[in-house]
Amino acid sequence: MSNGKLSYVRADMIAPEPPPISNNTVAGWLRTNLLATPKDVVLTIVALAVLALALPGIINWLFIQASWVGSDRSVCATIAQGGIQPDGWKGACWAFVQDRFQQFIFGRYPLEERWRVILVGLMMIVLLAPLMIPKLPHKTVNAVLLFVVFPIVAFFLLHGGFFGLDRVDTPLWGGMMVTLILSFVGIAVSFPFGILLALGRRSNMPVVKMFCVIFIEVIRGVPLVMVLFMANVMLPLFLPTGWTIDNFLRALVGVALFASAYMAEVIRGGLQAIPKGQAEGADSLGLSYWQKTRLIILPQAIKLVIPGIVNTFIGLFKDTSLVSIIGMFDLLNIIRLNFTDTTWITPVTPLTGLIFAGFVFWIFCFGMSRYSAFMERHLDTGHKR
Amino acid sequence: MTDKAVTAPPPKRGTTSLIYDPKARSIFFQVLTVVILVVVVMWIAHNVSSNLARSNTASGYGFLGGRSGFDVGQSLIAYSSDSTYGRAILVGLLNTLLIAATGIITATVVGFIIGIGRLSKNWLVAKLCTVYVEIFRNIPPLLVIFFWYSGVLAILPQPRDAIQGPLSTFLSNRGLTFPYPIWGEGASVIPIAFVIAVIGAIGFAVWQKKRQMATGKQLPTGWISAGIIIGLPLIAFLAVGAPLTFDYPVEGRFNLSGGGNIRPEFVALYLALSLYTAAFIAEIIRAGIKGVGKGQTEAAAALGLQPNKTTQLVVVPQAFRIIIPPLTSQYLNLTKNSSLGVAIGFPELFSTGSTTLNQTGQAIEMISIMLTIYLTISILTSLFMNWFNAKMALVER
Repeated sequence: MSNGKLSYVRADMIAPEPPPISNNTVAGWLRTNLLATPKDVVLTIVALAVLALALPGIINWLFIQASWVGSDRSVCATIAQGGIQPDGWKGACWAFVQDRFQQFIFGRYPLEERWRVILVGLMMIVLLAPLMIPKLPHKTVNAVLLFVVFPIVAFFLLHGGFFGLDRVDTPLWGGMMVTLILSFVGIAVSFPFGILLALGRRSNMPVVKMFCVIFIEVIRGVPLVMVLFMANVMLPLFLPTGWTIDNFLRALVGVALFASAYMAEVIRGGLQAIPKGQAEGADSLGLSYWQKTRLIILPQAIKLVIPGIVNTFIGLFKDTSLVSIIGMFDLLNIIRLNFTDTTWITPVTPLTGLIFAGFVFWIFCFGMSRYSAFMERHLDTGHKR
Repeated sequence: MTDKAVTAPPPKRGTTSLIYDPKARSIFFQVLTVVILVVVVMWIAHNVSSNLARSNTASGYGFLGGRSGFDVGQSLIAYSSDSTYGRAILVGLLNTLLIAATGIITATVVGFIIGIGRLSKNWLVAKLCTVYVEIFRNIPPLLVIFFWYSGVLAILPQPRDAIQGPLSTFLSNRGLTFPYPIWGEGASVIPIAFVIAVIGAIGFAVWQKKRQMATGKQLPTGWISAGIIIGLPLIAFLAVGAPLTFDYPVEGRFNLSGGGNIRPEFVALYLALSLYTAAFIAEIIRAGIKGVGKGQTEAAAALGLQPNKTTQLVVVPQAFRIIIPPLTSQYLNLTKNSSLGVAIGFPELFSTGSTTLNQTGQAIEMISIMLTIYLTISILTSLFMNWFNAKMALVER
């Protein structure tokens, strides 16, 4: 021991190991994220091959070959098709979108009255934006203005026939404007109705409960096209002889009923997730049913199901496109209407128009889903397990 | 319900306390609901009968036996314009079920691949799958249908310039034309052999499970079952002398003749609904797999299970419990969305139903038929999936 010579103890220092390969360098990142295992290498190569095959063609079609300006079909047709492009040309026809942009937004709304639509749009932005920013005050006033005052004002402005405004009947409405009106009304109506239906379904009054269950399950069991069709065909039958009901209103009723049923199920999910102790605590404080629901249960329940609610809104926004089946001209249908218009009829017009419509829908829906993710983080006060 | 109000507890403690009696209030509100409902329904019924009387529409389901007079593009059963309205609706129902079945299978497969791809450690694959999901989740299904129908399939070449694919298939703006199999004499034994094979495979799996429980020994059940299911019909097919010929499509001057044809409407609807629903299924799969706790995988590793076995025996069975309920609603959504076929003239239930309604004017009868069929499909699917869900559910103490 004393001489310190043990056969199993190393006498000299070993050379230091090289540091682990850093993840922070480009090569390190590539190694861990793209080339970790042989399987990953194969997957990466396949993915790159897919991109290499698809991307150049898509970019070429969308941007490089696309014709951007023009006033009729000749800029988007090959010589053989009666246009100015060389034979074999393929590309997007953005000139078509640019030429018909006004129509895509306003439909057949009279040209000289379009300021009314723009005004309504501005009012909506001015009222909606502060409601969506959590920091700003006066949320109650803002909400009342947006969901009670604004629809009334908007109706008088858009429809006219009062206060010296010219009357513009709903068959002239169209395009983005119809899509937005349908979604706004659907959202504004379905939220309160959905809450009532959800509360009704959880009520301990058998009659009320049964009514809500039947309503929700019947509406959820059939396609929206069917609900719209029913609203379109049945509503006139249900009203006394001689009464007429506007086509647009029928679609609104259909969309609102449909969205309410879905909203009810989402909110019921939230209600079920609230521990029973919350309701019992409220009872023991002597709160009435509505006080308990409004002050204790709903704020917690709704916070839990914000993603579901926004998903329903997104679904509703997408589903407004189905009103084209009952003959209304929303954004999608007005774009399709132009496919057969002789001014712009070319092989590339449909694809261009549909890609444009898809882009518009995508922006709105993606925006909504991002906003919901933001609100979820904002409202997450740490009650989650 | 009205007699409930009569049997309500008599107001012993005066009227003020009756207002605050929850039982009395509950009965009062329910009676009120019933009264309002009855009044509204009676009012509607009165309006409907007077409207129908004014338009001279006869009620009843007799019209279903009448000659339909309209053609459909695609039918699984014999149908012509001389067939009855009832048969037209049946054709529509079968087409709806066809699109639902094919769409559900494809959407599930694609959804699984994309969902697992999003969880991949490979950055590029994960990002590509995310892009797919974010694109399809945020555009309307109707738009996807039009994209395929008017954007892609409509600008395919005429049949005489059809794109020729492998195995004598032709792709043109009239759809996909393919060699149509013609079964000869004795071919009926093949489906019988198939049924026997399936029963045999199930029996084998049950016996294997018992054996494993008793002895701990395992057999490659999947491979053997697959062998039985494929092998037995194949043997039957060869035993009766391979009675199969094909009717090949032939390129004519203007059109393709012969062979089977899948209409572009079907292709567009099928592709659109499958790809659209696949995006939602992918998200469900991802959430399901992420929902299985990390401890489960770690515990499996601690027990010495291989990664493959961990996935197969620990992660997937638990993920299934999370996945099944939302998956059911996606399947139902796909079935309901098949009604969008009406927009491109695919003769599914809603399409043939609304044509019938427009021709006969029997609004209430037709809507009741369509409502009943859709609700029946929904309820049957829900019942089946609830049963499946209960079977898979965790058995707790």
